[in-house]
Amino acid sequence: MSTEHSQSTELTAAATHRDVAGPLPERFENPGLEPHRPRLTDEDPGAARRATRQVAALFGVSVLGTIGVIVAHVAFPPGDSVASMRTSNLLLGAALFLSLIGIGTAAVHWAKTLMSDHEVVEARHPQKSSPEVREGAIAVLREGAEDSGIARRGVLKGAMISALALFPLGLAVPLIGEVGGDWNVGAFRHTMWKRGTRLTRDPSGTPIKAEDVTVGSAFHVIPDGLREQEHWIEEKAKAVVLMVRLDPADLKSEQGEGWSYDGIVAFSKICTHVGCPVALYEQQTHHLLCPCHQSTFDIADGARVVFGPASRPLPQLPITVDDEGYLVAQSDFHEPIGPSYWERLK
Amino acid sequence: MSQNTTQSRGATAAAATADYLDQRTGIGIAVKNFARKVFPDHWSFLLGEIALYSFLVLVLTGIFLTFFFVPSMGMTVYEGPFAPMDGVEMSEAFASVLNISFEVTGGLLIRQIHHWAALLFIAAIVTHMMRVFFTGAFRKPREVNWLVGFVLMLLGLAAGFSGYSLPDDVLSGNGLRIADGVARSIPIVGSYASFLLFGGEFPGEVIIPRLYAVHILLVPGLILALVGLHLLLVVLHKHTHYAGPGRTERNVVGYPLFPVYVAKAGGFFFIVFGVLALMGATMTINPVWNYGPYDPSPVSAGAQPDWYMLFLEGGLRLMPGQGTEWVIAGFTIPMNILVPGVIIPGLLFTVLGAYPFVEAWVTGDRREHHIAERPRNNPVRTGVGVATLTAFFVLVVAGSNDILATHFGLSINDITWVLRVALIVAPPVAFWATKRICLGLQRKDRELVLHGHETGRIVRFASGEYIEVHRPLDEYERWVRVAHEPKRPVALLPAYDERGVRRKGYRRDALRARVSRIFFEDRVDPVTPAELVAAQAHGEHDALPSASAEPVGALPAAEAAVDRGADAHQA
Amino acid sequence: MKAIADRRHHRMAPVVLLLLALLLTGAVYAALSPTPAEATAASEDDIAAGAALFRTNCATCHGPGAEGRDGYPSLIGVGAAAVDFQVSTGRMPMQATGPQAPAKPPVFDEEQIAQLAAYVASLAPGPSIPTADQVDPAGGDAANGMALFRTNCAMCHGSIGRGGALTEGKYAPSLGGSTPTQIYEAMLTGPSSMPVFNDANITPEEKQDIIAFLEEQKQGSPGGTDLGAVGPVSEGLWVWVVGMGLLLGAAVWIGAKSA
Repeated sequence: MSTEHSQSTELTAAATHRDVAGPLPERFENPGLEPHRPRLTDEDPGAARRATRQVAALFGVSVLGTIGVIVAHVAFPPGDSVASMRTSNLLLGAALFLSLIGIGTAAVHWAKTLMSDHEVVEARHPQKSSPEVREGAIAVLREGAEDSGIARRGVLKGAMISALALFPLGLAVPLIGEVGGDWNVGAFRHTMWKRGTRLTRDPSGTPIKAEDVTVGSAFHVIPDGLREQEHWIEEKAKAVVLMVRLDPADLKSEQGEGWSYDGIVAFSKICTHVGCPVALYEQQTHHLLCPCHQSTFDIADGARVVFGPASRPLPQLPITVDDEGYLVAQSDFHEPIGPSYWERLK
Repeated sequence: MSQNTTQSRGATAAAATADYLDQRTGIGIAVKNFARKVFPDHWSFLLGEIALYSFLVLVLTGIFLTFFFVPSMGMTVYEGPFAPMDGVEMSEAFASVLNISFEVTGGLLIRQIHHWAALLFIAAIVTHMMRVFFTGAFRKPREVNWLVGFVLMLLGLAAGFSGYSLPDDVLSGNGLRIADGVARSIPIVGSYASFLLFGGEFPGEVIIPRLYAVHILLVPGLILALVGLHLLLVVLHKHTHYAGPGRTERNVVGYPLFPVYVAKAGGFFFIVFGVLALMGATMTINPVWNYGPYDPSPVSAGAQPDWYMLFLEGGLRLMPGQGTEWVIAGFTIPMNILVPGVIIPGLLFTVLGAYPFVEAWVTGDRREHHIAERPRNNPVRTGVGVATLTAFFVLVVAGSNDILATHFGLSINDITWVLRVALIVAPPVAFWATKRICLGLQRKDRELVLHGHETGRIVRFASGEYIEVHRPLDEYERWVRVAHEPKRPVALLPAYDERGVRRKGYRRDALRARVSRIFFEDRVDPVTPAELVAAQAHGEHDALPSASAEPVGALPAAEAAVDRGADAHQA
Repeated sequence: MKAIADRRHHRMAPVVLLLLALLLTGAVYAALSPTPAEATAASEDDIAAGAALFRTNCATCHGPGAEGRDGYPSLIGVGAAAVDFQVSTGRMPMQATGPQAPAKPPVFDEEQIAQLAAYVASLAPGPSIPTADQVDPAGGDAANGMALFRTNCAMCHGSIGRGGALTEGKYAPSLGGSTPTQIYEAMLTGPSSMPVFNDANITPEEKQDIIAFLEEQKQGSPGGTDLGAVGPVSEGLWVWVVGMGLLLGAAVWIGAKSA
């Protein structure tokens, strides 16, 4: 109860200034704690009994809630339909809510109405240790250092620091060696497209005839044989293509001579900004929008950037048709697809 | 009668247990010291508790989820009751999330509570940080604890992002792809950073297990340790309190830990958990079954990260791409990604972490502060905070621009342009407006102290004059408005000392004086007793000239002394 | 249905599917263009009535012979499907110019729409209105529909078809209020910004799968209200409004003195 003492001294110190005559102080002084105002429950035993009943009732709500959780768990499993899943989730959650909120509100209500609301004052002390303690600490450290002889035996200091500095390598070297797989960052340069690879529908993998691609159509394309690849998902992440057919009269430019086939153009779907799949094709404006950061590319104009944060056009996949009339690639992309990186042009 | 015996029997048992423990741990000392520890009562001091309790809920629900989640990218075919997913090829991670959501009773509820708690965790951290910032509760001796809290916020972001990606759905997969794009943009090491993350090319087969380790072991472990440190420091420092009657820099006024705070804080944990349960019961969050299993080809409209990452997303959206990809000596430096993805967040976080040290340097104040300031009493700090929040808000809005476009029938291009301008214009405007509002509120405080409350009672004198009767403030009410100390810019000592030798460190001091002037040149001082006496003696509203924005040259002697003192300390 | 779904996991399933799809593509293509205009079996009376409606309501913009003029497309060869889609969703007749024609309550009744469609279909062959069997959600596979939707539609219309933004104020509308017929027609004809998904790209059966998937969405979300199903932005908004809102209220209650 020492705090009570400090409170009273504080209060008298603060209270005195008002009675002091003489020149006015530079600043106001702290008037000290306000007198305690009793609550209804402090004065009226009826109110206190009422509060007690309320707290008990709230705990009761919690108990009922917990029982509710058990009932809901048994009686309302998620089942096979969306509606039964929703019911299960709702009832379990609502019961859990009651079970928790009952305890929470009961405890707070108890504290607010029935526990003492007399404010308590505790003194603070400066954070720093006293000069004696500091001196003592320094002396202890000095003694230890002296005893170890680290200052006198220089060779020990050097040897110890070297050993401690080097030992993390024992963990770091194997980790760094393995964490990046084969570290073959040259893989960014190539995709699985090559001369003669058929363009197929995503995800079915069926090949596409040129005449299937009517004006205004948009096809999401993957290379033929993608799923036979060992790392097909990495290959897909680089090889996906969006193919559309424009009226050849609308085609303003393309990235390479003869890279389109009769108004059919194919571009990498991986944004040159940070790599989202760019796929919102507006067939009237021939604009292609990225839903992630709104880079907009003009498909009719070599996928030039017309808006947004991307800097470079989407790489174009040169295409033609094979003997059977199926669309095929003329080659891989002529530049790395996707976002920029340091050695991209090297 | 029987009641009495059970009670005493219970008490005996408790005493025996306590004795057993104390003999083996000496826990009596801790109980004696902690049980009556005083915590001040204020709603804004509970914001950090919301964060703490969200974290506890995250741990509890997270443990539940680990029992069912399979952190594997191996392919499987899901068979289950949800028709659009039945018979679909997907990773085992995604399949296990569907299993949790549709087949484990209560699984969906726990999953939804977990995700809501994650969003709430960071919302509470940010709000708590705002409270600490705006009330100057980061000042000595709490700078280190600010840093601990700051690192906790970063860890919260890391926990959130790693968890968001675990279900291996299309939405979070595209988020990872963006992370990959940003990592690649880093000069020299970018490609290797990407390989390091994904164990090879994106997406690879290891990112989910790796994120799992980060999400359930590394980050929560660090958070737990730092939360411990954070709370330990709170106990060591004792909580700040607001200025008020009886509250000083040398005491702490409030309620004892046991029983009041145990009940209030403990009760609040259940309230936080209860609200989260209610949200999990009624509001769908992260419906991965809508997004589908990850596949590098598709993407859906509304491709956004969780709210706390939206500012990064917004930066990426606002940055114009034309001419911002530099090629120097054949090496590519994509500034369109580096600026919003690396440089701006880097700067923002550095400034945020370093702010207490910057302000300490500017004010040259080496004293301990335990009274939390009212935000209005430090207009420049409050302005800086609001300006930063404004920039953050603009970026968050930018990150939601497509949703705004569809919901308000606007053009996405127009929104982007408006926000590009707003990002540059709005923060200074917000700073200026906030500072003015703070100064205005301080003047309002002066008015109130000098002239009291308006009572609405009009009195007519015999002379025919009408006045409104004002009721003076009582001393407790007044104290809240006059407790803060008047602030002055630090004075600059001359460049040359009396012997005409150029003083060392003059430049640094000059810079400090300049920044300090920005902070404290425009100010409103608290009412002094003399001013109050004068006002009451005149009994008129306009008895005193308004005391704002005095020029620095007109400092009274006492204040000049304060300045000198601060300088002497610095020297 | 379930049996088919089970077999879809068989190792040979992709091969069988591939063969089937190839066959289908060929068959459909052979049957597809030009779609015979008489598929709609419209009477001469309908065509005449449609022509009269066209002259009074549509000819101002699309020209007296539906040949179009500057900024207004020709309707020759767009087929009955395009007319039915545009008019039954209220997009046509357009009330004001804007980035795109918004959906609104239709101006004409079903009979009038059928007459207009018959008239436009009589001008030149084009895609016809799908039959009730073709758009019956019960005949589609929702799981396959979702896979197709994800690849071809979700980037604009959102993961479950709640709509999304395009450039310059254009947007992909929500599909929540669309009938199966309208969804089918939109894929077939590619209204405004939307690309065409002809029967060689997405087969009629696949279109039916997509319709089945969208029909599934009418059941709502298993997790409670779907908050608009627009993704994390609305979740972020609601955690601040509901979560922080309620808890700040609770904090104020805890911090306030009791009466």
